[in-house]
Amino acid sequence: MSIENLKTYDPFAEADEEDSGQTKQTQEYIHIRIQQRNGRKTLTTVQGIPKKFDAKKILKVVKKEFACNGTIIGDEDSKMGDVIQLQGDQRAKIKDFLTNKDEGLGLDAKTIKVHGF
Amino acid sequence: MDSEAPSIKRRPSRKSVTFTDEKLVVNPDGSVTMDASPADEIKETAQSHSAPTEPQDAAAAAAPAADDGLDLSLMKKKKKKVKKEDDADAAADEAAPAEGDGAIDLTMKKKKKKKVVKEDDEFAKKLEALNIEGKEGEEAAPQEDEQEGDMDQGTGIWAHDETKPISYNALLSRFFALLSQKNPDHASTGTRSYKIPPPQCLREGNKKTIFANLPEICKRMKRADEHVTSYLFAELGTSGSVDGSRRLVIKGRFQQKQIENVLRTYIIEYVTCKTCRSPNTELSKGENRLYFITCNSCGSRRSVQAIKTGFSAQVGKRKKMQG
Repeated sequence: MSIENLKTYDPFAEADEEDSGQTKQTQEYIHIRIQQRNGRKTLTTVQGIPKKFDAKKILKVVKKEFACNGTIIGDEDSKMGDVIQLQGDQRAKIKDFLTNKDEGLGLDAKTIKVHGF
Repeated sequence: MDSEAPSIKRRPSRKSVTFTDEKLVVNPDGSVTMDASPADEIKETAQSHSAPTEPQDAAAAAAPAADDGLDLSLMKKKKKKVKKEDDADAAADEAAPAEGDGAIDLTMKKKKKKKVVKEDDEFAKKLEALNIEGKEGEEAAPQEDEQEGDMDQGTGIWAHDETKPISYNALLSRFFALLSQKNPDHASTGTRSYKIPPPQCLREGNKKTIFANLPEICKRMKRADEHVTSYLFAELGTSGSVDGSRRLVIKGRFQQKQIENVLRTYIIEYVTCKTCRSPNTELSKGENRLYFITCNSCGSRRSVQAIKTGFSAQVGKRKKMQG
């Protein structure tokens, strides 16, 4: 038995706290970073892709689609998991790929953080 | 060589942070904003009249009131005349459902007028239909006419001794017009942009960038230099140092625009208050090593994420040696 009037919610709670709280519970953010190499060359790193996806397969598809090379850097010691590293500035493309429901992974855009300039 | 990777458009809609030299200031118009549209032929909307600095002279207000009173009674006759004379005028008059609708209405009218100019034949048909309607629906027409008058001068529907009920839309637009009139800074609180001096980027040699006015910007944002520096390094994925005159030396080539983008995200994340959007905040280290932002204008307090560098790939020839 419940009384409708006594169902309270916190009016002072932050507006965007709900969804960010949810994402924190389920999974960490996916970070897309960019790094400068020599000259005008850059690297894009994608960190924190959920474990349920196979990084190798993602890389294979992505390499073909973006026409770039890439590699998986797995460092077990720093618990960052597998990091996909792509050549060139692929931030926008990889974000589209991660959020695309049909051809990509169909992830929530809120879980993705794009870093860099 | 200078054009590095093109910067990603992250926030196309809202640019709350601007740099003074740029003309980036985007003020998305709320529906409230006073539309300074050129004088229409139809001066019946409440908002088109409400100039904020208009003196409220009692005598001046009284005279037009009398005029409008006449207007109201004579409206029927006048309208018919107008229809014959000026097609566009009448069309807009009839088409607009509630007169005091404000900004939206104004645009609607404009559109309609344009249409009318283009399609004269269609308009003639419409006119006929409207005329018939006008004869039939005697009750409907005056309803529309009632919602006219000058809000500031207190004429028409806004007259002091007016007893007819004012439509909700008219009242609502009046409320917003008054609100923005009486406190001009209030309406623009959400969209007001926060200005910081633009970052000055110099090139040192071929591989380093000097961020010259970092202390100035930090002072403006009331943040510690170290905090901003570490955020910059984490986001840019590089390292650097501070030179003798407190300038920041960043490894790698960066343009002013790129630094600006990073600063913008920094401000959004660590400076502006999420509750009231005010930049007047303080960053302090609270209990258990968490950083908190305390807003000075609304008093809200929230924790912010610590700056994390994350993964950074080894770049350069020596990576095999180090690894």
